[in-house]
Amino acid sequence: MNKQIEVTEENQVVKDRAKQAYKEGFVTDIESFTIPPGLDEETIKLISSKKDEPAWLLDYRLDAFRQWQKMDTPEWAKLKIPAIDFQAISYYSSPNANNENAPKSLDEVDPKLIETYDKLGVPLHERERLAGVAVDVVFDSVSVGTTFKAELKKVGVIFSSFSEAVQDHPELVKKYLGSVVPARDNYFAALNAAVFSDGSFVYIPKGVRCPMELSTYFRINAINTGQFERTLIVAEDDSYVSYLEGCTAPMRDENQLHAAVVELVAMDNAKIKYSTVQNWYPGDEEGNGGIYNFVTKRGNCQGKNSKISWTQVETGSAITWKYPSCILRGDNSSGEFYSVALTNNHQQADTGTKMIHLGKNTKSTVISKGISVGKSQNAYRGLVRVAKKADHARNFTQCDSLLIGKSCAAHTFPYTESANMTAQLEHEATTSKISEDQLNYCLQRGITEEDAISLIVDGFCKEVFKELPMEFAVEAKALLDISLEGAIG
Amino acid sequence: MLKIENVFANAGDKEILKGLSLEVKPGEVHAIMGPNGAGKSTLGNLLAGMPYVQPQGGSVQYMGKDLLSLEPEERAAIGVFLAFQYPVEIPGVNNMYFLRTALNAQRKYRGEDAMDSAQFLRMVKQKIKDMNMRDDLLKRPVNVGFSGGEKKRNEVFQMGVLEPKLAILDETDSGLDIDALKIVADGVNQLRSADRSFIIITHYQRLLDYIEPDFVHVLADGKIVKSGDKNLALELEEQGYGWLNN
Ligand SMILES: Nc1ncnc2c1ncn2[C@@H]1O[C@H](COP(=O)(O)OP(=O)(O)O)[C@@H](O)[C@H]1O
Ligand SMILES: [Mg+2]
Repeated sequence: MNKQIEVTEENQVVKDRAKQAYKEGFVTDIESFTIPPGLDEETIKLISSKKDEPAWLLDYRLDAFRQWQKMDTPEWAKLKIPAIDFQAISYYSSPNANNENAPKSLDEVDPKLIETYDKLGVPLHERERLAGVAVDVVFDSVSVGTTFKAELKKVGVIFSSFSEAVQDHPELVKKYLGSVVPARDNYFAALNAAVFSDGSFVYIPKGVRCPMELSTYFRINAINTGQFERTLIVAEDDSYVSYLEGCTAPMRDENQLHAAVVELVAMDNAKIKYSTVQNWYPGDEEGNGGIYNFVTKRGNCQGKNSKISWTQVETGSAITWKYPSCILRGDNSSGEFYSVALTNNHQQADTGTKMIHLGKNTKSTVISKGISVGKSQNAYRGLVRVAKKADHARNFTQCDSLLIGKSCAAHTFPYTESANMTAQLEHEATTSKISEDQLNYCLQRGITEEDAISLIVDGFCKEVFKELPMEFAVEAKALLDISLEGAIG
Repeated sequence: MLKIENVFANAGDKEILKGLSLEVKPGEVHAIMGPNGAGKSTLGNLLAGMPYVQPQGGSVQYMGKDLLSLEPEERAAIGVFLAFQYPVEIPGVNNMYFLRTALNAQRKYRGEDAMDSAQFLRMVKQKIKDMNMRDDLLKRPVNVGFSGGEKKRNEVFQMGVLEPKLAILDETDSGLDIDALKIVADGVNQLRSADRSFIIITHYQRLLDYIEPDFVHVLADGKIVKSGDKNLALELEEQGYGWLNN
């Protein structure tokens, strides 16, 4: 699929896509090496040895595992989380049957995988040639290929799978792994630290503006497998990077677990823009199946004037538990969180952000758009904390909820804690329904009810969509339309 | 073009239209005047198929079709346009995108090809110039933050782009200053043609100085109680509606 065409013919592509249900729901029939279900120290040693990891990393994992065993599942979120049997899950699955070495270049990648990504609209070769977006592709537990590596290397940017980074840049990984999200941070972060399999690693050296968008595409394929990826992005002084993340999974009746950790570090004047379009399989109309998505994402604005911006469009997963956050440590640093979370049928989402103001003149902006359809539950949970020394910290939070139908619900839980008198915190919240008047107005102009709803929802999400890179914005719109299906009547 | 025969209709659970009949031929301009609450907007909403008006009896034929049996978006696609008395705001949706979506939805229904964005842009730029309106209208979200007058102008602009066969304007002149009124009237006059008809609901004779109607009707208590030519509007302006009761 040619992305350039998609952009100009935006509307048509959106319409065509809207006709399809969860089109990413297919299974790739590929031989894979999957370790048996179960989790104990032996499992972790096996994962670590598969990856030929240094001893310090195995110790890190084992330490995290021991912490995790002492922890309980968090229960504060407005979610009904069924008990998860961690012994029934396989913690490692790799698509290369012999499981020797990961392919070195795209030409070595199994054609079936290339086909899978073509079907998903992530044509590896094409992307490489046309779109100018570098992609790291993670299939189940391993990275199957990273594009544009050589070009990036010329300017000093490191973009590779996490496993490769452990081999090639152990000093960087060792320095930053767990520096933003410590292993014991929370239940799912601890689990991830123990069993994480792969993910992406990005390092932008001092003064470099990354010449292209970097992206990772996560795909769960194997049955009864969890995905536990780990992403680490470090931006040195005066650097810039924009990073995109997309995810899909097959339609299965069983629930599958996804517990990821993302850590960002921004030094003086560095800017990191992190965008996610999350489209894990949400389960069927009755609420069977779907991904349980428990993610810890956190950015450390370590340097002065640094900036971290999170943009997320969450349409998938049966359960979403996710709070991309910013620690505003450097003076004058700023954090942003732009979010669209749409839930339909029996989906549940509890998502939001934490903005922790530690430095002086730090600034944060939170724009959250929750859309609830069907019987779904959608909660925004946000914390703005201003520390004693954070003079003149400012936050603006806007939380809008849109309800479509009568059986869904939206909830807003804004928390603020300020220890500094000079803080300026502003909070706005609205809840609205798509009004009959708006629908009628569209109908009178000839727009069908389905298209009218999608138009109104698009408009509702505008402030967030405009933060996304163009290609992603088109995709996000298409996804919303698909997710809105059955919203009428 | 349009034949309304002995129509009864409710708004909410109140009977509003009580045996209304009206015939509009191609190319004709009909003005409808009448006191507040008489049912003028209800008539417009009934023709456009707005769900808050429920037909209770009688028939409406439009270009050989049973209009009341069609969905509102189908009516739009076959050329029925209503300029709303109170246009609705749609935050975040830019006017141009909205209009292209509407036009292409109508074209699709009629079996015509969609207009691509370049074609559409050219067409719309030309229209906005012809209609003496400002470019920024296109980029702003539909009616959001528009003044009353801007909203009314936007309705007329949309009409210009969608080129309906039967346009119903519901008090499009209310709240306009004289310059805006001229722009609105110009918009209508530019569209006047032998196969396009207008129903213009208004309180004021002054609009009819700029848009010359073929017929003027008085709607009171859910019925057309008097019809005449444009002179009827002048009489109404001078004498009010009271004398009609006698
Ligand atoms: N949705 C509605 N529900 C109940 N009553 C309505 C509704 N819409 C209009 N009405 C009533 O119908 C009557 C006619 O209204 P309308 O057609 O707007 O009159 P006009 O446009 O001639 O001033 C009024 O009494 C008004 O209050
Ligand atoms: Mg009225």
